[in-house]
Amino acid sequence: MDLIKLTIDNVPVEVEPGTTILKAAEKVGIKIPTLCYMELPDVGVINNPGACRMCVVDIGGPRLFPACATTCTPNMVVKTNSPRVLNARRTVMQLILSDHPADCLLCAKNDDCELRKLAAEMGVHELPFVENCKQSHYKKSTSPSINRDQDKCIMCRRCETMCNEVESVGAIGAINRGFNAVVATAFERPLVDSNCVFCGQCVAVCPTGALTEVNNNPEVLEAIADPTKTVIVETAPSIRAALGEEFGLEPGTLVTGKMVAALRRIGFDYVFDTDFAADMTIMEEGSELVDRLTRVAKGDKSVKLPLFTSCCPAWVNFCENEYPEMLDNLSTAKSPMEMFGPVAKSMYADKLGIKRENLVVVSVMPCVAKKFERQRPEFSKDGDSDVNIVITTRELARLIKINNIDFKSLPDEDFDAPMGESTGGAVIFGNTGGVMEAAVRVAYELVTGKKPEKVEFDEVRGFEGVRMATIDFAGTPVNVAVAHELRNARKLVEMVKSGKYNLAACEVMACPGGCIGGAGQPFHHGDSNILIARHNAIYREDENKKCRRSNENKQLAEVYKEFLGKPLAGRAHELLHTRYFDRHRI
Amino acid sequence: MNKIKSLDDLRKMKQNMAGDLSIREKSTNPEKMIQIRVAMATCGIAAGARGVMNAFVEKIEKDKIPAIVTQTGCMGFCYAEPTVEVRIPGKDPVVFGHVDAAKVEEIVDKYIVKGELIDGILPVSFQTIEEHENK
Amino acid sequence: MAEYKNYILVCGGTGCRASRSSELVEELNKQLKIYQLENDAKVLTTGCFGFCEKGPNVKIIPDNTFYTRVKPEDAEEIVKEHILKGRKVQRLLYLDPDTNKHISDDKHMEFYKKQVRIALRNCGFIDPENIKESIERDGYAALGKVLTELTPEQTIDIILKSGLRGRGGAGFPTGKKWAIASKSVAKPKYVICNADEGDPGAFMDRSILEGDPHSVLEAMAICGYCIGAEHGLIYVRAEYPLAIHRLQVAIKQAREYGLLGNDIMGSGFNFDVELRYGAGAFVCGEETALIHSMEGKRGEPTLKPPFPAVHGYLGQPSNVNNVETFANVPIIILKGADWFSSIGTATSKGTKVFALAGKINNVGLIEVPMGTTLREVIFDIGGGMKNGKKFKAVQTGGPSGGCLTEKHLDVPIDYDNLKAAGSIMGSGGMIVMDEDNCMVAVAKFYLEFIVGESCGKCSPCRIGNMRMLEILTKICDGKGTMDDLYELRDLAHVIKDTALCGLGQTSPNPVLSTLDNFWDEYVAHVRDHKCPAGVCKNLMEYHIDPAICVGCGACQRNCPADAISGEKRAPHTIDQSKCIKCGTCREKCKFGAISIQ
Repeated sequence: MDLIKLTIDNVPVEVEPGTTILKAAEKVGIKIPTLCYMELPDVGVINNPGACRMCVVDIGGPRLFPACATTCTPNMVVKTNSPRVLNARRTVMQLILSDHPADCLLCAKNDDCELRKLAAEMGVHELPFVENCKQSHYKKSTSPSINRDQDKCIMCRRCETMCNEVESVGAIGAINRGFNAVVATAFERPLVDSNCVFCGQCVAVCPTGALTEVNNNPEVLEAIADPTKTVIVETAPSIRAALGEEFGLEPGTLVTGKMVAALRRIGFDYVFDTDFAADMTIMEEGSELVDRLTRVAKGDKSVKLPLFTSCCPAWVNFCENEYPEMLDNLSTAKSPMEMFGPVAKSMYADKLGIKRENLVVVSVMPCVAKKFERQRPEFSKDGDSDVNIVITTRELARLIKINNIDFKSLPDEDFDAPMGESTGGAVIFGNTGGVMEAAVRVAYELVTGKKPEKVEFDEVRGFEGVRMATIDFAGTPVNVAVAHELRNARKLVEMVKSGKYNLAACEVMACPGGCIGGAGQPFHHGDSNILIARHNAIYREDENKKCRRSNENKQLAEVYKEFLGKPLAGRAHELLHTRYFDRHRI
Repeated sequence: MNKIKSLDDLRKMKQNMAGDLSIREKSTNPEKMIQIRVAMATCGIAAGARGVMNAFVEKIEKDKIPAIVTQTGCMGFCYAEPTVEVRIPGKDPVVFGHVDAAKVEEIVDKYIVKGELIDGILPVSFQTIEEHENK
Repeated sequence: MAEYKNYILVCGGTGCRASRSSELVEELNKQLKIYQLENDAKVLTTGCFGFCEKGPNVKIIPDNTFYTRVKPEDAEEIVKEHILKGRKVQRLLYLDPDTNKHISDDKHMEFYKKQVRIALRNCGFIDPENIKESIERDGYAALGKVLTELTPEQTIDIILKSGLRGRGGAGFPTGKKWAIASKSVAKPKYVICNADEGDPGAFMDRSILEGDPHSVLEAMAICGYCIGAEHGLIYVRAEYPLAIHRLQVAIKQAREYGLLGNDIMGSGFNFDVELRYGAGAFVCGEETALIHSMEGKRGEPTLKPPFPAVHGYLGQPSNVNNVETFANVPIIILKGADWFSSIGTATSKGTKVFALAGKINNVGLIEVPMGTTLREVIFDIGGGMKNGKKFKAVQTGGPSGGCLTEKHLDVPIDYDNLKAAGSIMGSGGMIVMDEDNCMVAVAKFYLEFIVGESCGKCSPCRIGNMRMLEILTKICDGKGTMDDLYELRDLAHVIKDTALCGLGQTSPNPVLSTLDNFWDEYVAHVRDHKCPAGVCKNLMEYHIDPAICVGCGACQRNCPADAISGEKRAPHTIDQSKCIKCGTCREKCKFGAISIQ
């Protein structure tokens, strides 16, 4: 197809047919301001309802058009900075600000607010409207994971796109009409009463302070300040690939050592790695897979295949809400975080000679659903949760800043033993396809009795929504599938239910790209290069590991030998496995 | 009832119906039937057309008038609802506005029975397609 | 049987009454008595003839003589000459402006009937619940013709050449719309009838559905044949129970007669229609919002393109037309494109149905050829202003339209002229206002409606309209400044420029048109703190004229706010700080002592 020729602010541009004015302008160094628009092309996410009208441009004719959603046509003459456009854009910004609380100094998103930044860039410092003009007010609400203050909603609809289209959950949508229109749950009920799975992707994309994670930093500080408590911390695989962004480092910078150093300086008594628990998960889940495959081969009809991973808490919520009939397909192995908790509170507390209730387990997670998972009653003993506090990557960054730590100048330090060692298999849990790859690395050996020839299984890598692969287990083909984003999980489950696919194992992660795109990570502000940089960093960390298969984790082998016994059996069964509940609504 | 299976069928049906159909269906000597049409759109009904229709039905039954009462849509005279059109064979149809129970009596007693025009006629203020064409 | 030889029909429409038609009736009766003709002729008062310009009008039957501008003084001559001697009074006959000849009977002066009923051709003629009455008046004949004699391309060509434009508001050429939808390759396709009439005071579509549902069904089937669709959907508001009932009956009967369903009239063409119920949101009249609503989603518009013709209901090609548009289709097929395009103006063909309302004598549903002037509609068909008040403005196009004034009265109504005048055709609401209407308050009224009916999707419409409403409220409260007026105008232009859909883009029209046409009235509110029409409560005070007040105490007794005091038989006074401006005192005063200042 021929290229389309047009001019933007008198600059000639040639673009492919179908290119938006926004993209065409970028090509020639014209940055048209946007607000509601957000696109993560690599993970198939786009929100361009043309709702905010911030990006309007003049293409001739009786009205202005949104650059984000208007495609270029031949010989188009676009003005992005004519007095008419600038006046319109400024007025639209003033209108949005006039219906937005002005408590920026106290807002949880003050430093990350896209609205505030854009208003500042545009130099909007006064409103020409009627003094004390009306502002819309809605019920504020909270949940274990997410705070909602819809007074700050600007109706960009990004959250709705994430919830309805990307995650296919549909917990929120626009309600009311006119000035009172807002994105909310049905009947403005609390999220816990909706079918929300707490993936938090709404929080990850909200440009303002309308949606934020629940801040659990005060509880961390309180625990550290309490002399009767021993406070230990575990950090999930994908934190190290993203935390640096909060301190101005390039996306994709691995900051494992500095992170450990910072956690020590904050005052955690021991710094452990969730990766250690991820290796444990692989041992349990891999063994479970092999066990199921063996039993099926023996003709056991009660065994359900494929085995679905269960380390993503939003996926578990989704499965319980939407597909209770699939609960027996979910691996009974707990998530790494929930494996770490009980092992720490039994084995490690004993080792330290302290009572379970005096050991506080803090998890640093890329995820807000982990805050929900933490408070599930089955993950506690005598009212004491296995994991006491979950904070996100963003909260950790704030914690570091609160504690006067100059992160960039920190030395690299190592995790504590015995729950500090990990393999490359655990690291890649942060990426979509990582759990599957780690499982294959181990299961191959469990099934065939010999080490696989390769460590890296590119078949399950990438950003495709649903990926299918056949792994050759020394002559036996094993079909596996990977899905990220719950819309793809839904697709995968439907495929499984259709009975047309002979699958052994499926991995599901709710967030785009897996945990690296988790809702607790530093905000990507619609830049999918950030997700790719984190994704690559995770694989780099894997490559740098001496051991890359979970069954090669020596500390873990010790723990099994001394404390847990064998996978699936005895203490391992008791502490590392769980059950699921039918939470189907309607 | 037969389905219309072709354009010819449709044309035949139309031919058969030439004249006044409701009358044809309900009477053996249609040429003498008087037709009373009550405008029964939402606005007419809101203004009392249903009561008017019932009044006509009772009145013609009581007085044994060879007439039938049917409903029709909006005639457009919102300012004069309820409106009623009376068609006496051989005469131009006449529309009456602001019809109520008393007016029903008057229309039947004077106009239908005696052929005497009464107050409250609404002149036809529009052209039909045919009239417009023949202009 | 006392049958009179003659009837003298005197127009009793309000317009004619204002020109002494009641006196004329008395005088005619008197003269009949004098000439002893009481038993030969009878004087009747009728409804409006719709020719108020030349009123009072008198019609003599049986010879259908039509007299215009008849004064009570003419009564004797009419009785003596016409009734007694059977000679027409030449000087009272209508003078044809073209030929300058007298026209003696109304059959030859049809043009005084300014309305032409095309879309409403069957409304009020047929029993809408009896398909045979429809067939008798050529119902489904156009469908039969199309299916047996014409190709889809030929049919679209007829509609295209007829010049029919969408009657829902924007006036997009119907034939063009069909042609685009016919070219979409994806299947299935859908024909959608937009019966979500949302303008306050508009009821054209409801009346058509209630009076002539078969024309709409027939037209949808014709459209289906043209674009290659087998499914028709009517999106009708649930608040129209009678229309829904009549549609249900009509669909059932059409199926029974094989006029909907498979292999219609042996042509092999299949088409059926289903009803979908809307909850009455104004924005659902916008076609993309309507489609979302039918899909069970939130009724809000999305950006176009993609147009419904490509990506419509369930993502399939869909053609959306409004009820009145469809109602025109069968008759165009039967009578031809040339016939239809001979009616109307250069750019707008055919007729338009209006729901005429407001401070006008003959409120009603009217249908006039495009090109009829506002003056003819208001002063002839509408019978002029109620209570002899002065005409001030006419609001066309509902909340998305504008207020036009005296200077626009001779504008021939069509899509382009109304737009050029600062209003729109809209779906056909027409509200007439008189000197008692405050135009600032009118603009405020329409904005209140828009603020409630905006879907809230785009910022300019969601927030901007609220801000405009606040400024208007401030002005009506007497607290406005000249800066507010300029801000209001700027804001209105930005909303027009930037809103996402037709609703938002047109929502500032009532504000802009009143600012343009009634600037002085705005200034009076702001600078003089006066509401010239006496509507804005905070800008008026009730005063008792001590020279007239007799101290009867009626006002004091009826004042709900206890704001009036005074000794018996002495002039009373109103305490302005207590007065709530309800106007009760003024109503109760028998002496006219209380005025608004």
